Amino acid sequence: MAERAPSTPAALEVRAIVKRFGAGLTEVRALTDVSLRVEPGELVAVMGPSGCGKSTLLHLAGALEAPDAGHVLVGGRDLSTLSATEQAALRRTDVGFVFQCLNLVPSLTAMENVMLPMELEGVPVREARERARAALVSVGIVEQLDRFPDDFSGGQQQRIAVARAVVGTRRLILADEPTGALDTMTGDAVIELMAGLPAATGAAVVLVTHEPRYAAWADRVIFMRDGRIVDEASVLPASFPPVASTAVVR
Amino acid sequence: MAVREGLLALLNEGPSHGYLLKTAFEAATGDTWPLNVGQVYTTLDRLQRDGLVTSEDGDGHKRYTITAAGREELARWWSPVPTDAPPPRDELLLKVLLAVEDSAEHALEVITQHRTTLTRLLQQRRRGAPGAGRANLAGLLVADALVTRAEADLRWLDLCEARLLRARTTVVPPTTNGDRDG
Repeated sequence: MAERAPSTPAALEVRAIVKRFGAGLTEVRALTDVSLRVEPGELVAVMGPSGCGKSTLLHLAGALEAPDAGHVLVGGRDLSTLSATEQAALRRTDVGFVFQCLNLVPSLTAMENVMLPMELEGVPVREARERARAALVSVGIVEQLDRFPDDFSGGQQQRIAVARAVVGTRRLILADEPTGALDTMTGDAVIELMAGLPAATGAAVVLVTHEPRYAAWADRVIFMRDGRIVDEASVLPASFPPVASTAVVR
Repeated sequence: MAVREGLLALLNEGPSHGYLLKTAFEAATGDTWPLNVGQVYTTLDRLQRDGLVTSEDGDGHKRYTITAAGREELARWWSPVPTDAPPPRDELLLKVLLAVEDSAEHALEVITQHRTTLTRLLQQRRRGAPGAGRANLAGLLVADALVTRAEADLRWLDLCEARLLRARTTVVPPTTNGDRDG
């Protein structure tokens, strides 16, 4: 990742966030004092056991939920200062989501699914169609764009979901187990596609996964446990000597 | 060990010279298993001593041919190996088991450190791996092997962590015949 001027806002910054669910005896602290900064053009993977808070972190980053304490900034904008309408607009324009359950609208074609967020923003239909086509081509969906999601394989549907997440000028792509139901080779292809987004678009990608093979595509891997970040693995600069000279476990 | 059988497998495709066998072996293993020529000739000498290959001189080079006994040996090698091997006794396993003996916190710390190191290794391998579009099949398969073996250790560490966390939250009923205060 290139050095950036200090004034460049992070694509995502979370500062000492706390998130609780329930109350009293049943209260569960999903996140405790979590801070994280993701720069534009960076791919960060988040790993951890079930219930460690990784999906909650993603929901907070995408303004789908609000923290009980702390701040979430997307592109330098503090989400707590935005109205509900402004947050919704941010979700449509700045943030792209890719989830395990694809959330493609079954009654809309592949093309229409990708056009949808742009139409909600009032982008003219012709322009939305051209941009959607370009996004679909970029993920390898080049034909049968007028077919419905069920007509595509699982891997192709996930590619359509990625196209919908990246269409427009997203600064932050949030992906929660995007390879969930896919076989290894198809999952590899989807992650390779997502790993290319930071360089291709300048967007930052935060990928929640429990699969080490997919996390390994990331520039940084964040490990969570019990609602806290417990460690981080960063890839070394390209000039660093190869594997043999680094700490190897055995 | 496997170099011997590897050379037999290559000779099973037809007679060859030592240097050609070296380059064919390296190509078949995606250039990840370099051999020196001396090692190849030493192995061929042993194969000949054991009656698994024959050699004849020609053009200043020895030309090696697999024998019927060599084909039988090769057939045995292709056969499945027994799967009831003893549990793995590697250093990572030992470290985690002994850390668990000490305390759950120590074990979680060891797991975290090793997982981070292994993940970093996996990240480097991922970057060093040939792209799917420009690599030969052997290179891809070797890269896959490196990734999946690191994955296996990482999955095991994940499982250790999950079991430790579950054990930590499970209430252990008081023992009735303990040697302390019962």
